Amino acid sequence: MAETAFFIYFATITILSSIMTIGFRSPIYCTLALLSTLLHVAGLFILLNAEFIAAIQVIVYAGAVLVLYLFVLMLLNLKKTEDFLHKQVWVALFFGLVLLAEILIGLFKAPFFTKTPVPKSEELAALGNTAEIGLALFNKYLLPFEIVGIILLGAVIGALVLAKKYRQADA
Amino acid sequence: MIPLSYYVTVSTMMFVIGLIGILIRKNFLIILFSIELMLNAANINLVAFSHHFGEIDGQVISLFIITVAAAEAAVGLAIIIVLFRRKATTNVDELNLMKW
Repeated sequence: MAETAFFIYFATITILSSIMTIGFRSPIYCTLALLSTLLHVAGLFILLNAEFIAAIQVIVYAGAVLVLYLFVLMLLNLKKTEDFLHKQVWVALFFGLVLLAEILIGLFKAPFFTKTPVPKSEELAALGNTAEIGLALFNKYLLPFEIVGIILLGAVIGALVLAKKYRQADA
Repeated sequence: MIPLSYYVTVSTMMFVIGLIGILIRKNFLIILFSIELMLNAANINLVAFSHHFGEIDGQVISLFIITVAAAEAAVGLAIIIVLFRRKATTNVDELNLMKW
């Protein structure tokens, strides 16, 4: 019963604050609404018994990425603009809702909802969530793990090269 | 025990909100936020299915998605800073140098 109550709370606030993320005029408010969205998504992860992903969500997304966004936002000092929306708002809303209906109809006709959930095997459940992820990450997913490391390195170098100020002599 | 379909519905709604955000907003930063929303919707889906089928793979892949989102944020913000230095705006309507 408590689980249902928590699910309703987290789901409602997630949806509401994602609407606020795209709805507010001021970018600072949008960032704070995005922060609320990410924290409540972490709550949904905890309800799904994924504690490690929830912790990573709070640390990496809410802690690092959001602070980076806020930092850049403060740096830019944007002017207040009157028109923050494109002209095609109603068309976009209409087609967005049509797409939502289509995806939901397609999903609810799919076969996997009728299947009963598969419980975890005993030995995996005894390990705990973090140990389980560690085992999968360094055995089955070792190559993707290394590739993600290279992607991060590329992003760091790319961001540095892009944002560096070149002096007249170098350019 | 919450049914899987509830989680999938939440994540679909979040994805569509992100898509609408990309379509309607003029500010480059908010477009990046909308991309983050869509990536998070994918994460909810992956973790929900991982829980439903009793496999850990979905959670591992959502870790990879979080990493790629962080990399994307870094590069996107660098692009915004460079654009702001050149044009003093983040309005995507005014960034039309590569339009024909």
